[in-house]
Amino acid sequence: MADPKPALDSLPLKAGAHGLNFHYGDFHALKKIDMPIYDKRVTALIGPSGCGKSTFLRCFNRMHDLYPGNRYEGEIRLQPDNVNLLDRAVDPIEVRMRLSMVFQKPNPFPKTIFENVAYGLRVRGLSRRAVLEEKVEEALRGAALWKEVKDRLHEQAFNLSGGQQQRLCIARALATEPEILLFDEPTSALDPIATASIEELIAELKQKVTILIVTHNMQQAARVSDFTAYMYLGELIEFGWTDDIFIKPNNPQTEAYITGRFG
Amino acid sequence: MPHSEHLSKQYDSDLEDIRSRVLQMGGLVESQILAAIECFATGNYDLMAQVSDTDRRVNSYEIEIDDACAHVIAKRQPAASDLRLIMAVSKIVTDLERTGDEAEKIARMTKNIYDRGRLQIPRSADVRHAGQLAVAMLRRVLDAMARLDAVEAERIIAEDVAIDDEFRGIVRQLVTFVMEDPRTISTALDIVWIAKAIERIGDHAKNIAEQVIYIVHGTDVRHTAREGHVEPDGGPQ
Repeated sequence: MADPKPALDSLPLKAGAHGLNFHYGDFHALKKIDMPIYDKRVTALIGPSGCGKSTFLRCFNRMHDLYPGNRYEGEIRLQPDNVNLLDRAVDPIEVRMRLSMVFQKPNPFPKTIFENVAYGLRVRGLSRRAVLEEKVEEALRGAALWKEVKDRLHEQAFNLSGGQQQRLCIARALATEPEILLFDEPTSALDPIATASIEELIAELKQKVTILIVTHNMQQAARVSDFTAYMYLGELIEFGWTDDIFIKPNNPQTEAYITGRFG
Repeated sequence: MPHSEHLSKQYDSDLEDIRSRVLQMGGLVESQILAAIECFATGNYDLMAQVSDTDRRVNSYEIEIDDACAHVIAKRQPAASDLRLIMAVSKIVTDLERTGDEAEKIARMTKNIYDRGRLQIPRSADVRHAGQLAVAMLRRVLDAMARLDAVEAERIIAEDVAIDDEFRGIVRQLVTFVMEDPRTISTALDIVWIAKAIERIGDHAKNIAEQVIYIVHGTDVRHTAREGHVEPDGGPQ
């Protein structure tokens, strides 16, 4: 039997979107999103293509700053210091150190396995070999990849399988000890075995870090997440415990989407 | 409850097939109970055999519907109201199958009574009345399931107490009857079994009503009304 769920107001918050609007030029992509992100929990974002879930995820590490004409309104507050991540005065590089992202397709750098993981640490100014080695090993262990690569750390990362490359990207993301991991469809390019290993890893990682994951695979959202947010046309339609969303959603639109009646 | 169709027509068709087969099974069980009560009233031996034959068909329905539910789970990974429907159906068919077993028990006990050659059966009218109540309850709960009518299901749950009262009344009267004429004890015991079977049919109808509420609202109302809460170690509070 499932454990009774704690009251939401008793859960510590890691972040929260408050009145978040986002515009790609004239296109209003996110409409007044208010959503809590609970500490050391997995929150899944689901919804049909174009609903804004990836746009929402990318707001967290200010990735939209890279393109002209994009505009944010509202706030994303990161706890415990209550800093507004969207504040222009906040350095996006610092934001990206605190919130790491893993993308749909594994995208290791054209470097060795070791250097891929060490890269973010070097950017941070770490250069002592012994410290780097320790941190790289820790990150690779955290991504459940250490045993497979410990004897080939100086091989090119592209020699790894797709699933291993994705875990390497997770190790790279973990190396800077982020507070939130952002996953943008992290298993959509992987086979079922590699997918299962990433899902297993997510379950372990949430002991240490808060996770936000965009997925098109609803069963994956049901399996890996504690909370699920259903988005549609840039709006947050429903947010709640994953168990409730998948067994007894409150909103008929959520019900229609997760039962395959959408359209 | 969403009424629109799934993007997959085959999924709609699979669920509709399961729903209609449950209702067919329910109709068969209803006719089985009616036949069992009829043979209790008339002593028609052919009808008693028919009740047993019907039970085999009811059992086949249970296996087929469970199999269909397993296929939907494996192929579609149902969620929300679809998941609740599949979970509930799997429990409802068990209750229907056990209801069929109770009907068969009524027919078997009836045969014992008539084999003894008794022409006058004590409390016969009361037993038939309780039987009619149970059949009506089953019919109404199947209608409530077909219409996804949680309000009617709640009414049915509340009315189960009427059949329980009938059962207690029949037992009380049979005790008096046996005390007056101890030679009737075997027949009286068979009638107690029949009355108990009818009371169990009411319980199964109530269980099905609880599942209808679960399908519609997602609320599990089992063991919440009139029953002492039982701790996991089995001790009632």
